Amino acid sequence: MAGSLQIVVCGGIVPNPLQTLEPTAGPQGPALKNEAMLPAVLDPWAWHALFEAANLAKQAPGSKITLVCMAPKAKLQQVMMTIAQKTVFELQPIDGPASGFVESADVAGELAEVIKGINGLDMQKLLVFGGWESASRGAGTTMQILGEMLGITDQFQGVDEIRLKDDGSFDVLERIEGGKHQVSRCAGAPAVLGWATGNLPEPPNNPQAGMANMRGIMPALQKARPAKPGQDGVKFLDVSLPSQRRETRVVKDTPAEEIARELAEWITG
Amino acid sequence: MEKILVVLFTQEDGSLGRTAFEATGAALGLAKELDGASVTIGIAGTSIQEAANALAGSGAEKILGAEAAELAQPRYATDAAAAEALAKAAGATIIVAPGTSRWNRIAAGVAHRLGGRADTHATSLAVHEGAPTITRWYYRQRMVAKLSRTNRPWVVSLDPGAVPAWSGEPSQATVEKVALSMPETAARTEVIGVEAPEAGAQTIRPEAETLLVTGAGWTKKQADGQIHLKEAEAAIMDFLRQTKASLGSSKSLVDQEGEGQAVLPFLTHMNQIGQTGSTPRHAKGLATCCHGEEPHVVGWRFITERRAVNLDANCGWAQGKADVLYVADAFEVMKKLNDLLAEKAPATPES
Repeated sequence: MAGSLQIVVCGGIVPNPLQTLEPTAGPQGPALKNEAMLPAVLDPWAWHALFEAANLAKQAPGSKITLVCMAPKAKLQQVMMTIAQKTVFELQPIDGPASGFVESADVAGELAEVIKGINGLDMQKLLVFGGWESASRGAGTTMQILGEMLGITDQFQGVDEIRLKDDGSFDVLERIEGGKHQVSRCAGAPAVLGWATGNLPEPPNNPQAGMANMRGIMPALQKARPAKPGQDGVKFLDVSLPSQRRETRVVKDTPAEEIARELAEWITG
Repeated sequence: MEKILVVLFTQEDGSLGRTAFEATGAALGLAKELDGASVTIGIAGTSIQEAANALAGSGAEKILGAEAAELAQPRYATDAAAAEALAKAAGATIIVAPGTSRWNRIAAGVAHRLGGRADTHATSLAVHEGAPTITRWYYRQRMVAKLSRTNRPWVVSLDPGAVPAWSGEPSQATVEKVALSMPETAARTEVIGVEAPEAGAQTIRPEAETLLVTGAGWTKKQADGQIHLKEAEAAIMDFLRQTKASLGSSKSLVDQEGEGQAVLPFLTHMNQIGQTGSTPRHAKGLATCCHGEEPHVVGWRFITERRAVNLDANCGWAQGKADVLYVADAFEVMKKLNDLLAEKAPATPES
């Protein structure tokens, strides 16, 4: 059985995917209209990273999961009500913006500071998890920069699976072109893993984990480290919604043969 | 004056992929519009002469080469070291790269090492008031931004298929070699292989003309009150076989396995398009049995011609998003469509 690990999961929050989003000009640059009012969720890929961390922790007894999350703390508190039910973790909150327009290098700097300050941090046991991209910026840059800041050059992005071995080494499956996975073998921690969707279903709610988590989450939120990542060096010339309305021709009450003929001509045309 | 560097990794056989020519074309186009800008091409791999020859006629000021046995494996530590060395050798202020999995793994890390910034998933490079600009999407393709930067070096990776590829005849290229020093820790990670999805059959084809999107309706009870998974599988796979289309799926359909519901065995999260899936680029898209929701629409963003087949004339997925919505039973339509495609197919000795 593998030795214990320190798994740090990094993630932000994003507007619930079903919300309609509209850009607006804020004092610091572009922002989302009514962002403070939009219901939020933990970023979907960070969410998967958290499940995978929980699963991995079970395979390496004595492992500890720390969730480092930057978001406005009031919003983060709401999101934690759901997250806390899933698995036991320690929250290290950063009170800062959740906007996709904020510079990822600044966000990475904030995350790195918090991770370096974790009590008893052991780099030889450290696995840094997060989403390979976010549903806000969608760039896949934060985790790489964070890894560089922590001096970690074993980095994997678009990860769908980790297979931990007894000696602490592990195989990682990363998404590559053509719907395939590249399989890499890493000697062990430290490493950075940016997760895609993984293979695990959402774990069921665990009220005991929820209660244990909330005892730590509320005081942590009160002491959340303030951060002001910015948009230095970047100038947004325009942010707009794409024109996406098409004139849809609706074909009803038509025999399947006729529809199939039209489609066949279209596809082969 | 901008010094533009295109950094490319060779493929296993020493050649360059299509995206390499796209990045080269974008960089050359940008340089034309920027006063005094120059373009250098940097190629990394185990043996790069063939790749350099392919770009010899591009008009780039020079071609730099970084060769090392370690570059046979796409791996963060060695790839980042090679890209960093090429960027330093070129004194690059702008680094243009193809948005492949290999480059997107290192783009921001390399920018950080060089003291610059990275923007990935750019869909265009242009010039605005004398400054280079890019276009990229935010919030999962729900809003589009045009931006410029004063940060240098500026690493920009271009999404595959977003810009036209440069083309030209190969000729003998002169390559200026760049010395590489691989980190001692590079050997900690070793690429041991590539795995295809469990289904075996190839269903994801980024180069395909057509994308077939399957929705959860394929696994629901049909008019006879029964679920018809085998028929659904046959119809979908027959279509893919005949058209060589790529297969996409809604999130709800690929999630069903985890929820203990009926599933199509060949679908995985790799097929998923939309909010937490991909946003592929194809000339044509045909959606079947898909319903509603903005996240699904995201998956359509870069599909040029779109048609949908489902039973709901008011479906939010199709109305205003598809060019044509056929209100019909997808099982029936797909079966007949497959028959017609088989008739149209040229006869082969085997048939």
